[in-house]
Amino acid sequence: MILRTLLALLLLLVTAGVRADDMMMVRSSLAFEEAMLALQHAIVEHGYTVSRVQRVDIGLTASGYQTDKYRIVFLGKLDEVRELTARYPQLIPYLPIKVTIFAEGEETLVATFDPSLFRELVPDSEARFLFMRWKNDLHSILEDVRLGK
Amino acid sequence: MRRLLALTLLLFSHATLAAPDGAELFAQACAGCHGLDGHGGVGVPLANADFLATVSDNYLSRTIREGRPGRVMPAHRNFSDAQITALVAFIRSWQPADRPSPQEDWKPIQGDAQAGKALFANHCATCHGTKGEGGHGTGVTYSRPRDFPIIPPALNNVGFLYSASDRLIRATIQHGRAGTPMASFADRLSPKEMDDVVAYVRSFSEAPIRWERAENEAPFLAVDSPYSLEETVENLKRAAIGKNYRIIRVQTLENGLAPAEEENPKQVIVYFCNFDQINSALTIDPRVGLFMPCRITAVEWEGEVKLMAMNPKYMSRLFNNAELDRSCETLHQQYLEIMEEATL
Repeated sequence: MILRTLLALLLLLVTAGVRADDMMMVRSSLAFEEAMLALQHAIVEHGYTVSRVQRVDIGLTASGYQTDKYRIVFLGKLDEVRELTARYPQLIPYLPIKVTIFAEGEETLVATFDPSLFRELVPDSEARFLFMRWKNDLHSILEDVRLGK
Repeated sequence: MRRLLALTLLLFSHATLAAPDGAELFAQACAGCHGLDGHGGVGVPLANADFLATVSDNYLSRTIREGRPGRVMPAHRNFSDAQITALVAFIRSWQPADRPSPQEDWKPIQGDAQAGKALFANHCATCHGTKGEGGHGTGVTYSRPRDFPIIPPALNNVGFLYSASDRLIRATIQHGRAGTPMASFADRLSPKEMDDVVAYVRSFSEAPIRWERAENEAPFLAVDSPYSLEETVENLKRAAIGKNYRIIRVQTLENGLAPAEEENPKQVIVYFCNFDQINSALTIDPRVGLFMPCRITAVEWEGEVKLMAMNPKYMSRLFNNAELDRSCETLHQQYLEIMEEATL
């Protein structure tokens, strides 16, 4: 009986389709300000431009909410963004790429989503190759922040 | 030739048979949520002596492998058995030497589920929900205020029911978990009553909370506009304000990437937000900044003007969070209403 129940639960789990690899996330032992600097440095080191930083925490505290430091960093490479959005306008809502960075106590969390998900929007194999490179670059950027480089 | 083959075999066996480094694997795959030293964060704390003394290796393995559908903890089905064994061993390194882990025992506990239902309503539902659906938000966050120091787990979750034996549930009720709001019920419930609660929790298996990743959602929303690009942007701003949003920025998509005079003026982003909504969303999952700020882009492409936005329901599936799914359903509807109103 209990074995049957467990098998039924396992079947439900398999159909749930939860995946760990859609989200890329690291925890850095660096304090927020240092981690933010490390992130921006790593982005530039990997050949990307930080186009803007959205200070979410400022707006929240101004509206009366308590929060620790919370920013969103937008990044991209002009030629890639320009070419992709011209050829595939369906990517426009997702570009430039975003990375979320926020403080948790003395540590800092950095998260983004896996850009190889864009393959669901664009069937082109050349573009898919580019998305894989973005994934590798973002993984490397996040690792640099995690390791405090 | 034979030497070359032997060398290849040696290299292959070293690469594939070398024991995975549990600490490094944890730092890469788990610490983001559970903390570098297991103290928790987006995920629940693992370095808790009572927790580690209650759960078996099999519970940890199954939890890593299958996760908690709809409750943030993702499944890690790509991990090998050796990797999971290494992770479990690393997690066990936080266990005090005088608190051994229990033997796996799947023998069911016999209890009266009906009697357990009434006891659950009286003693457990305040934290775990009336139907065992668990508390709001994520593990323990240190970045914002919250109702509980740690999220009460969803006992009606298919992943929990698959991982937790009756003995584990019984031991947790009896001994509680120091450092969490889960108190010992040894002086409030008799042994039979505790068995009845276990039977009731196990009865959730008959209809556990189900969560399915939204595989059929369109990645983006698009509406044609009969107006010029400039008119469409103005309409869009008015429509967003009409839905209680604040316009925080209007810029081209290439702003900050290209020199100002070279930006493509045919892709105009309108950013808007509602801080009440942002605060609620961050309480559900602190990583939700990946949605923020709200954004709709007006695009002139091949002579046509369109409004485009990412589909919040498509993005929500990446978070494995049923509560966030419900919130994104609302946001999805609001995006559509704003886009339709701007293009009427």
